[in-house]
Amino acid sequence: MATTTDLQLPAPEPLLGARGWALFLAALIAICAIAPALNLLVPEGSALHLSDYLVGLLGKFMCYAIVALAIDLIWGYTGILSLGHGLFFALGGYVMGMHLMREAAGPGALPAFMGFLDWKALPWHWALSGSFAATVLLVFAVPGAVGGVFGYFAFRSRIKGVYFSIITQALTYAAMLLFFRNETGFGGNNGFTGFTGIVGFSLNTQGMHVLLFALSGLALLGCFLFSRWLIRSKYGRVLQAVRDAESRTMFCGYDPLPYKLSIWVISAMMCGLAGALYVPQVGIINPSEMSVGNSIEMAVWTAVGGRASLVGPILGAFAVNGGKSWLTVAAPESWLYVLGALFIVVTLFMPGGLIRLPQQLRQWRDKRRAQAAAPLKGVPA
Amino acid sequence: MTPDLMEAGSERLQRYRTESGGRSPSMARPVVAGEVDVTHGRILYLEDVHVSFDGFKAINGLNLDIAPGELRCIIGPNGAGKTTMMDIITGKTRPDRGTVFFGSTIDLLRYREPEIAAMGIGRKFQKPTVFEQLSVFENLELALKTHKGVAASMRFALNGAQKDRIAEVLHTIHLAGSTTRQAGLLSHGQKQWLEIGMLLVQEPRLLLLDEPVAGMTDEETARTAELFLSLKGKHSLMVVEHDMHFINAISEKVTVLCDGSVLAEGTLAQVQADERVIEVYLGR
Repeated sequence: MATTTDLQLPAPEPLLGARGWALFLAALIAICAIAPALNLLVPEGSALHLSDYLVGLLGKFMCYAIVALAIDLIWGYTGILSLGHGLFFALGGYVMGMHLMREAAGPGALPAFMGFLDWKALPWHWALSGSFAATVLLVFAVPGAVGGVFGYFAFRSRIKGVYFSIITQALTYAAMLLFFRNETGFGGNNGFTGFTGIVGFSLNTQGMHVLLFALSGLALLGCFLFSRWLIRSKYGRVLQAVRDAESRTMFCGYDPLPYKLSIWVISAMMCGLAGALYVPQVGIINPSEMSVGNSIEMAVWTAVGGRASLVGPILGAFAVNGGKSWLTVAAPESWLYVLGALFIVVTLFMPGGLIRLPQQLRQWRDKRRAQAAAPLKGVPA
Repeated sequence: MTPDLMEAGSERLQRYRTESGGRSPSMARPVVAGEVDVTHGRILYLEDVHVSFDGFKAINGLNLDIAPGELRCIIGPNGAGKTTMMDIITGKTRPDRGTVFFGSTIDLLRYREPEIAAMGIGRKFQKPTVFEQLSVFENLELALKTHKGVAASMRFALNGAQKDRIAEVLHTIHLAGSTTRQAGLLSHGQKQWLEIGMLLVQEPRLLLLDEPVAGMTDEETARTAELFLSLKGKHSLMVVEHDMHFINAISEKVTVLCDGSVLAEGTLAQVQADERVIEVYLGR
């Protein structure tokens, strides 16, 4: 009989392995040094020049990747499919948009759209929009609070599965209708646009574009590390336990509600951050960001990249949006069909997503080889 | 209330606690939160419990009690209410009426599943339920008795004593060689053992085991019987089983459930000789 001391228990996983840190550093250098240098220092005619168009595009993609990561936390790891994360993204964007509108209007003046509506004073919910510090705080607080209240009641009522997904869709749709109305003070169907600057600097300089690109990249890397830290902790394993066998988790003494709620709020806040970085880069935010289709597309990024792997959804966001950018130019009508087909193909044939495709191919090849080696296996004699 | 009266009251309370060991008939024992009071010789007490689902009386006037350290076997035909009874004890199902106490002070009907589990009632399901995507070790680590809040989980790291405990249980359940194996890849019998191991690291006072040897080989069944006998005394166990050989190997007292209430109670030989029991098992 073996004694208990000779048994080696697995050591806790490091935050990132040696290869992981190397890749992480490479990404960091690429975002903060190489890409800005290629755009700002390399002359425009050169083959190495990174065009302004690409800087803008990749900056947007990195915001999308944060969203895909956020959806992965709640869907891939906790098993709760949200089809309403576009709402949190848009809320973060609107908070930033309000601040940019104030800045564009100048001190003491009302944003232009309020002038058209003949409003004489700022509505109450614009009170904090003049301060950049408050805006940064609200970028997290507003999606967090909306998500927190909604999540508390949904999870407390033990709403699960497809019902939860449908309710999240209804939530984002309802919010979209609300934001479409002029009297709610969010600029109606035009939303916010015509931004000029941020904290005193013009938004329309090449330097600012590169800065926003680098900030988005840093935010993405930060969110990735934070997610990795969460998932690697016991907290992350409890989330997976809730996903795999919620009743067992309860009978182990864990109350699923605070776990689901906390990851839901964290996920919402990450989307808010992504939205806030997105808006100054694209220069517009309007209620169509909250459309149901948008939120579904976000879930597709995560599914295509590979659920329950943190790198997968980032890849997925880049791959799907890269494909979209190319296809909407090459064959604009076909994009929605391709998106739908992609979702079906991934769900049916690639449940592990892009990130596990090599592994899946290897398994498939081994199976083929085994069949070739023993062709009569399983055939009755 | 005047200060002198309060003082007199606290003096009296002090006297009762020290002199009579807190068991004076004129004053009840002080209730200590989270502590199971078994001084009355009962760890689990069910009285006149009724549950019906859409008119079907799943539990119908059930009375049952279990002593600390006892190993009780529950048998009964399908639909007798065995699993429903466990659902009630663990907080999954609310009875229509009745009393369910853990020790003599904790009214289980006032708590939810995680709270009941944290108080010291562990449960194994009929179908083995483990966290399939996690490793054997991670399954045990999650079940370990510790703080189960969000902040505690984020900061959690195993200490030496907890590692020893997990290693000990891994040996007990014969899975020491598969610590890093994904739980979903284990055989049916091994999953049963892992689930039992998850109960053990939880260190419950009372274990509810729903068909623990279903799908096990004869050898595994024998080892499970051995394990349960070794747990008896330290823990209280309630085992629902259909395997009569297994029950014969472990039981001292058997309760027969039928149509949601107790039909007979006694040693296995006694209940097997009981006319009514023969009737429900063999049919009329």
